[in-house]
Amino acid sequence: MTDLADLWLLSILTLDATIRVAAPLILCAMAGLFSERSGVVDIGLEGKMLAGAFAAAATAYVTGNAWLGLLAAMAVSTALAMLHGFACITHRGDQVVSGVAINVLVAGLTIVLGIAWFSQGGQTPPLASDGRFRALVWPFATAVREVPVIGQLYAEVISGHNILVYVALLSVPFNWWVVYRTRFGLRLRAVGESPSAVDTAGISVTFLRYRALLFTGALCGIAGAYLSTAQSAAFVRDMTAGKGYIALAALIFGKWRPVPALMACLLFGFLDAVATRLQGVEIPGIGRAPVALIQALPYALTVILLAGFIGKAIAPRAIGVPYVKER
Amino acid sequence: MSRELPAWIDIGVLPALNILMAFLVAGLIVLLVGENPLEALDVLVAGAFGYPGSLGYTLYYTTNLIFTGLAVAVAHHAGLFNIGGEGQAYIGGLGVGVVALSLDTALPGWLLIPLAGLAGGVFGAAWAFIPAWLQAHRGSHIVITTIMFNFLAAALMVHLMVNVVIEPGQMSPQSREMAESAWLPFMHDILAGFGIDVTPAPLNLSIVWAGLACIFVWLLIWRTRWGYAIRTVGHNEKAAVYAGIDPKRVIVVSMVISGALAGFVGLNEILGVHHRLLLNFTAGYGFTGIAVALMGRSHPVGIVLASLLFGALYQGGTELDFEFQTITRDLVVVIQGLVILFSGALAFMLHPTALKLWRAWTARREAAQ
Repeated sequence: MTDLADLWLLSILTLDATIRVAAPLILCAMAGLFSERSGVVDIGLEGKMLAGAFAAAATAYVTGNAWLGLLAAMAVSTALAMLHGFACITHRGDQVVSGVAINVLVAGLTIVLGIAWFSQGGQTPPLASDGRFRALVWPFATAVREVPVIGQLYAEVISGHNILVYVALLSVPFNWWVVYRTRFGLRLRAVGESPSAVDTAGISVTFLRYRALLFTGALCGIAGAYLSTAQSAAFVRDMTAGKGYIALAALIFGKWRPVPALMACLLFGFLDAVATRLQGVEIPGIGRAPVALIQALPYALTVILLAGFIGKAIAPRAIGVPYVKER
Repeated sequence: MSRELPAWIDIGVLPALNILMAFLVAGLIVLLVGENPLEALDVLVAGAFGYPGSLGYTLYYTTNLIFTGLAVAVAHHAGLFNIGGEGQAYIGGLGVGVVALSLDTALPGWLLIPLAGLAGGVFGAAWAFIPAWLQAHRGSHIVITTIMFNFLAAALMVHLMVNVVIEPGQMSPQSREMAESAWLPFMHDILAGFGIDVTPAPLNLSIVWAGLACIFVWLLIWRTRWGYAIRTVGHNEKAAVYAGIDPKRVIVVSMVISGALAGFVGLNEILGVHHRLLLNFTAGYGFTGIAVALMGRSHPVGIVLASLLFGALYQGGTELDFEFQTITRDLVVVIQGLVILFSGALAFMLHPTALKLWRAWTARREAAQ
């Protein structure tokens, strides 16, 4: 019986870790969904999130206020999204190249500015508790912890996260509502499939895509703030560590739809949580757990999906193609 | 883009202006952090060329960038964006290392080194082949798959280095040192053989191979039937089909060549410098190759010049660390990002303005006649 209880506790803790790891992925995937459904490829999720993380930590350190940090993160990330739009929508530049440019630029700039402003080798100084988003303990969470099964689930998985985790989870229905239940969303989906049809209807393709990128920027900024002011208490060099690309993979894995993308983020988060838990663990018959390979599973799964071996991921039809209005 | 502008503006003035803008913005960032941009430039140039041995370092970095730049360029001619240079270089290095480590006591250097180099090319090509095949036959987008393959390469290398290749009794994940017969000769040793005395630097014989690769790519793209097919597919896939060219084959062939070129980074790094297999020896060269190819306009001559510039920035960047309190070699990454932005994503930003000016000027000239 105790074995069963231990197993239950283990799965609860893993689920808890999954949600923590998946939160920035979810925000980023929802961000990418806006951009990509409007027909603009966004390789630059990684860079925008990293910039957001830096802006949040720097601002929260200086002002001592996590909310101002969050605002700064959203502003910086949105500015980068607008840069992406300026290059790809206004000047019809290559969307992938622009995304790579943003990623490389931010990777360097966060360090250069970090060293210049804080002189700590590119890190920001550790945040005091006011500069961070702390765990919210839901009503009765401590009281019901002792209740078997349900109590632990409530205390560990539902309660006890910081507010940005709940924002991440809420971003999915929000995203679904905007994309599938508003006029803007209908046009957004249309412009990603057939921009000329949208143009013929008298709607500006350019303005529509810029607005989609506003959402993308804001959500990436929240993801960045989560990394540096909620999950940890400072910005460190390259702290996104490929999460932007995993989110992109999750978006593709979810076939550019909000709920499947959420599931993909949770799956990828789960794999990461399991890999972390298995660090240095000996598995009978296999030896030391191949942690690096488990962590690579999201990438492998995405490749297999893209190859059409598990369902088919069909991208928005006009994705990656700059729109040229006929003259 | 229209052909109305004369070539000297289209491939001379405009690209130069784009790079100038990139460096101007970099200069503004240096100003922003409170240093003098001209002083920083001075330190960069002095660091890249001014000290004994610094030229050797600059050219050593240049070698890597020529390989990755050419890799991006060959794919680009076929209309493909190969972001996977980093992973292909990594796996290429694995190929070099595996051959060298398993045969270094059995074979003489003159046989082993070409064999290891070949393995580097083959491994790099194989790592590019899978995304290429998937793009050609399954329609999966090559940008996404090559990104995924970068991460897969990194994970595979960590797994192999930590669990398989690691030298027994060592804590850090690296292989044993290779026998000296497997080392590529350093240029300072070769020059010393001719009685020329230069300061030791990591520059080695692989730069000659990089030069040959440039000539090979030039011949391939502009002087062979394959190159013609590659460029045709890159310009217009439908026209290529009408011309009897099979785009699927072109995609696979150009990506395989691209991957092999990236794989040769392993030759320079593993046999030339480290003499053992280790983690993270690619150090971002694959990504810098994107900037190099964009700046060099996918032409070998341009790529050599751009590689030289970035090689100098890499080497000069290390000098920034010593000379300044506030700016470090990370400034080079910023410059790299700005070059990709201005020479790549915003490459056509000035085009309409230039066209307008050119039209006004020619109209005035005609009116005057």
